[in-house]
Amino acid sequence: MPKRLKAKHGFTVWALATYAFLYLPILVMVIFAFDKPSATSIAAYHGSNICNIPPDQVGNITVWNGFTSCWFSAGLHDPTYIPAIVTSLQIAAVASVIATVLGLCAALALARMKPRFRAPFDAIVYLTLVVPEIVIAVASLIFFVQAHNHIQGFPPLGKATILIGQVVFSASLAMLIIRARFVGMGDVLEEAAYDLGSGPLATFRQITLPRLIPAIVAAGLLSFTFSFDDYVLPAFTNGTTNTWPIVLYSAVRFNLTPAVNALATIMLAATVLAVVITAIVLRRSRVQVTPGQEKARGLDAALGLR
Amino acid sequence: MAVAEKAPEEAVVPAARRAPRSFRPHYPPWLTLPSLAYYAIFFLGPMAILVAFSLATQKGFGSLSYGFDTSQYSQIANSLYITIFERTLVMAGIGSVLTIAVGYPIAYWMARYLTTYKMLALLLVVVPFWTSFLIRTYALKIILDPNGYLARDFGLNILYTKYAVGVGLVYNYLPLFILPVFASLERMDWTLIEAATDLGARPLNAFRQITLRLTMPGVVTGALLVFIPMTGEYIIPNILSGGKYEFVGNVIGDQFNQAQNQPFGSALSIALMAALSVFVIVYILFATKEEQFGA
Repeated sequence: MPKRLKAKHGFTVWALATYAFLYLPILVMVIFAFDKPSATSIAAYHGSNICNIPPDQVGNITVWNGFTSCWFSAGLHDPTYIPAIVTSLQIAAVASVIATVLGLCAALALARMKPRFRAPFDAIVYLTLVVPEIVIAVASLIFFVQAHNHIQGFPPLGKATILIGQVVFSASLAMLIIRARFVGMGDVLEEAAYDLGSGPLATFRQITLPRLIPAIVAAGLLSFTFSFDDYVLPAFTNGTTNTWPIVLYSAVRFNLTPAVNALATIMLAATVLAVVITAIVLRRSRVQVTPGQEKARGLDAALGLR
Repeated sequence: MAVAEKAPEEAVVPAARRAPRSFRPHYPPWLTLPSLAYYAIFFLGPMAILVAFSLATQKGFGSLSYGFDTSQYSQIANSLYITIFERTLVMAGIGSVLTIAVGYPIAYWMARYLTTYKMLALLLVVVPFWTSFLIRTYALKIILDPNGYLARDFGLNILYTKYAVGVGLVYNYLPLFILPVFASLERMDWTLIEAATDLGARPLNAFRQITLRLTMPGVVTGALLVFIPMTGEYIIPNILSGGKYEFVGNVIGDQFNQAQNQPFGSALSIALMAALSVFVIVYILFATKEEQFGA
């Protein structure tokens, strides 16, 4: 017995170290959102607000120089960041709605289709998930440019093309999540409704849809988060449109101030909130699943959490 | 099966009222058409153009003529690009092995020793994965900065090297590996271990012969789940190596951003997918074998 206890402690230490590894960088980034510019750069600066010091003059901001919270207002008033965040929110909202609707329709039909008809569709879905994003990005770029040149009315590179590209991945994600839940639910209640004389549409509206809501919400939120955070695809299909990850990326590579940390911190808080809400919704939904569907539930969990 | 049992009851229902139908809603196959059309146009379409571009000939800046020109592909065999392919696959391999080494023990810890806080522990692993990839990579860059504490006070100055890229790979993909492994450990019947130790097996042997074997499908799935995106990685090498240690993905991006050699970039993309498909096929073979033998 004491020997097993010792093994357990070893694992616990390892787990705690791993959590530290996962969270320490994020924590440090949040802390440095409150970091002052270096003392020498403050001394050389003549303005009143130290957070207006240009990026190339803030000095070493990866060590602690003192506390200030002015980066948050500096970040929120920056003329490049805020419009980019608004653009990203717009694209993500529309993309997640389209992807969820496409995913829902496909999931309903596919779940009860014969495997041999389902297989080609599944193959495409898995392809959209397995092909590296950089490959999809450059392929979409040349496709969109050709389409705009040869097809009347096809939008030029910009918000629309970013949206079109992102929905491919998001729709697959939404389909898998909703289908897992749909299969896991079983068809007992639907059969009962049918037995009692309810028509197909009424059954869907009153029985199937309400029970699918948690999965639909999860799919929508996941698609939203994916679109909002996505860098690679928009970086190639954006034309002159700037999204939040694109401005964040160029800031990370070229001109960094703690204002970037401040905005990243706000985004992080928003994402964590969304994740926690999703987790709670999914968890609550799982309580209603009847026993004997353990396996489908596990799949649901794996997919929902993935 | 359920339908077969209910079939006699169907006859009892007055047949005149409505046409006979199965006892559960049937979702029409045309519901798949919207997404099928979407994939055909906006996924398979770009992929087809990519193939066409990779076989086209570059004629001056930005113009090209379609044809069947395989010279782009023979250019990949150039030692410079072979090196980059090798480096990408080796780094993704090392990254996956490190991810297994770090991730398996924590998944084991969650499944074996936790009860009340199991889901919380899992959620804590997942939350970073759902936050922005870019922000996480950026956070890692701050920690590893040459002017930061790690470099200055601990002598760990690895930013802009392959070591930073390796740390970045493990850091970003760890949660993706832990999830399937945790799922397979959760399914495990721990009484088997008790039985083995009762019969005199040493704990390490019991682990090796039972736990490891039963969770191997999860480990392989998880490893592939991280290996594939690592191979196509673009952001991590760019930010953490500052462009000094490029992956295939970065070279592809460069062909479209700077070099404007789109046919060559397309050929590189196809080659990358071909390299990846080998691993996917191996995995599918492995998975079907597992299924057949009921592991």
